[in-house]
Amino acid sequence: MRTQTTDKPVISLGATAGPVQRRLSMPMRYAMNALLVLAFLLVGNLLVDGGVITRYQTTVLEQVGIYIIMAVSLNVATGYLGQLPLGHAGFMSVGGYACAIFLMRLEPVFGVGARDFVTGSPAALALLVLALLFGGAVAAVCGIIIGVPALRLKGDYLAIITLGFAEIIRVVMQNVDAVLGFELTGGAKGLTGIPSYTNFVNTFAVVAVSLFVIHALMKSRHGRAILAIRDNEVAAEASGVNVTYYKTLAFVASAFFAGVGGGLYAGCVGVMAPAKFGFMKSIEILVMVVLGGMGSMIGSVLSATVLTILPEALRAFSDYRMVAYAVVLILVMIFRPQGLLGSYDFSLSRWVENALNGRLPWKDAPVAADPGDHDAKEANVHA
Amino acid sequence: MTHSLSRRDLFKFGGLAAAGLGGASLLAGCGGTSASSSDKTIKIGVLGPFSGSVAQYGIACRNGAELYFANNPSIGDYAVELDEQDEKGDATEALNAYNKMVEDGVIGIIGDVTSTPSIAVAQASVADNLPCVTPSATAAEVISFGPNTFRACVTDPFQGKVMADFAQSQGWKSVGTIYNNGDDYSTGVNGAFVEEAGKKGISVPQQSAYQDGDVDFNSQLTTIISAGVDAIFCPNYYQDDGKIITQARQQGFSGPIFGVDGWSNIASGQYASAADLQNCYYCCSFVATNEDAGVQEFVKAYKEKFNEDPTNFCALGYDAANVLAQGIKGALDAGGDPAKDDFKQAVIDQIAKGKVQGVTGAISYDGTGDPVKSTLVISFDADGTEKVFTTIDA
Repeated sequence: MRTQTTDKPVISLGATAGPVQRRLSMPMRYAMNALLVLAFLLVGNLLVDGGVITRYQTTVLEQVGIYIIMAVSLNVATGYLGQLPLGHAGFMSVGGYACAIFLMRLEPVFGVGARDFVTGSPAALALLVLALLFGGAVAAVCGIIIGVPALRLKGDYLAIITLGFAEIIRVVMQNVDAVLGFELTGGAKGLTGIPSYTNFVNTFAVVAVSLFVIHALMKSRHGRAILAIRDNEVAAEASGVNVTYYKTLAFVASAFFAGVGGGLYAGCVGVMAPAKFGFMKSIEILVMVVLGGMGSMIGSVLSATVLTILPEALRAFSDYRMVAYAVVLILVMIFRPQGLLGSYDFSLSRWVENALNGRLPWKDAPVAADPGDHDAKEANVHA
Repeated sequence: MTHSLSRRDLFKFGGLAAAGLGGASLLAGCGGTSASSSDKTIKIGVLGPFSGSVAQYGIACRNGAELYFANNPSIGDYAVELDEQDEKGDATEALNAYNKMVEDGVIGIIGDVTSTPSIAVAQASVADNLPCVTPSATAAEVISFGPNTFRACVTDPFQGKVMADFAQSQGWKSVGTIYNNGDDYSTGVNGAFVEEAGKKGISVPQQSAYQDGDVDFNSQLTTIISAGVDAIFCPNYYQDDGKIITQARQQGFSGPIFGVDGWSNIASGQYASAADLQNCYYCCSFVATNEDAGVQEFVKAYKEKFNEDPTNFCALGYDAANVLAQGIKGALDAGGDPAKDDFKQAVIDQIAKGKVQGVTGAISYDGTGDPVKSTLVISFDADGTEKVFTTIDA
């Protein structure tokens, strides 16, 4: 729509009178964010290699990355699709086992030894990428198997069926060896001797890719359909949204990234034991999503970070640390029941644009700064 | 608003970077408190679950280790400082705690306590070649990753084998088993028992599995008892086995019921009555009523310090501390310097060739991290007190 009061062309909808705003072009936005990610990985890697971030802290940071993937992926099903699955740990364990077994079995084929993951040879990197994708894919297949029947149900029923599914996974992992007749998962004692292929850079590279893909998915036509289902399923269906398809899509995407997160987890800890992926692990991840704010990606990221670091940071208080953890959760739920960030989401580009247009946080009202004729033209070129 | 734009951008990453760096600085803030040990102090780590569902074992082991170092506060010229870290029974936390201890500069670790976290720690510690003595991790693999990990206890398979020998010596021809199939300890012992029983000609007509958290074992017991067995083997922990014994007796089964070292503490009265415990046996390496002088001294000291009777795990914690301390002492006597990196290897060598008279028997290592030690078989008096039924030599 063109505005009536200015002769300059403004493309955005609902534009009212006022000076023309400066905007960033899409390639500019991508470049800006990609650069930040690269800078983060590079600086992080330098700090890790230089010993500024110690090994203990690095391991905790890897777990932060893993739980960011877990929380953000669960957020797809919980915050964006509006369902309440309680079986996220099930997908995590499937992905972890699949990734670790795939990687361990194919090590000889690729001619990769455990040391190569530390030095980072190309073959090891290729194998790792394949293994993580395989872990994600197996979890996604489980997501389809459970999603198609489960998503016909709503609310409590879905919670219970996904809970049951996670328990089935756990029991299968415990007993599959006896059925197969050879050692695959290691049964109750767990899968041991997993090479430690997870490190700071590959964890956060996977985090970046996962966040990007989930973000891109949610901003696409498909993502809008998923949000429409959350807001009103009947209205969405009446508008021609294929509800079953999009529900399954969101659920499978959620499962896929949980599987990838599980794959990183296996490499981080080196042991996969079925008992660790019970109901409480699913709840732990759900707590991260709820605490951060359902439907807020930055909220999931922040709360996964805080809730992973908190128990470690409180280690000095030894016996009281779990009490402190619980108190933090209760306080947040009392004073911020919608989660720390509600459904707010962070956009670096929006900040930069606001700053360019003179709308700074410390100024009370949006100030209509006069960008000048030259700047205005340039902004229009970029738009 | 004119800035209502398409937002197909990567706006999350700025937040991610802030979160990650914020976390890093938080960690860095917490990490700077450790480098304050004087020249004449050595740090020894104590790692175990001191909270969570298996806390009772971790605390017992920690108490044992604390008692040892309270009695022996220094090794050679060096005062011992304990670095105790909780891992809640979780492998991830165990790994974090392990890394933290390495940063704190420990020269040896007593731990971990349960099997899966111990495996995670054993795998991680190989690269550091840090001497680790686990009091109680019985899974076979724990010592398989490198020469630096030892244990003070005997293994799951070993206990299963010992009890099969014991069953044969008692003349039991047919034995039913009931085990927790969600627990690596239970499944491990059960598997070894069944295998060894097969070799010894004892038939096992019924192996019944139950799930973690079950409290009613009547259906499994009915199947086992109706198979006409001479004895029932319960290789689980005492909370479950106490209920199993009570329910079996209620069903009218008066034959022998026997288990392994997870039973220690079963006679405290809370889990099974003294009457039900008649004709029950279990193997372990320690019992407070053992009349051995060293054991009685330990029991007395433990009661004074903690005001309760020591369990098997307390004794194993004590012995693990003893094994590690003797190794460190040997390395110091040989002229080692704890500040140097080769000291760890010296400690490992000393532990491997040393022989320690512990409260759970004489412990020596025969080229692996598995100890060579004798085992006690325990039975119960009419009032429920434990007594040594027989000793099975290694």
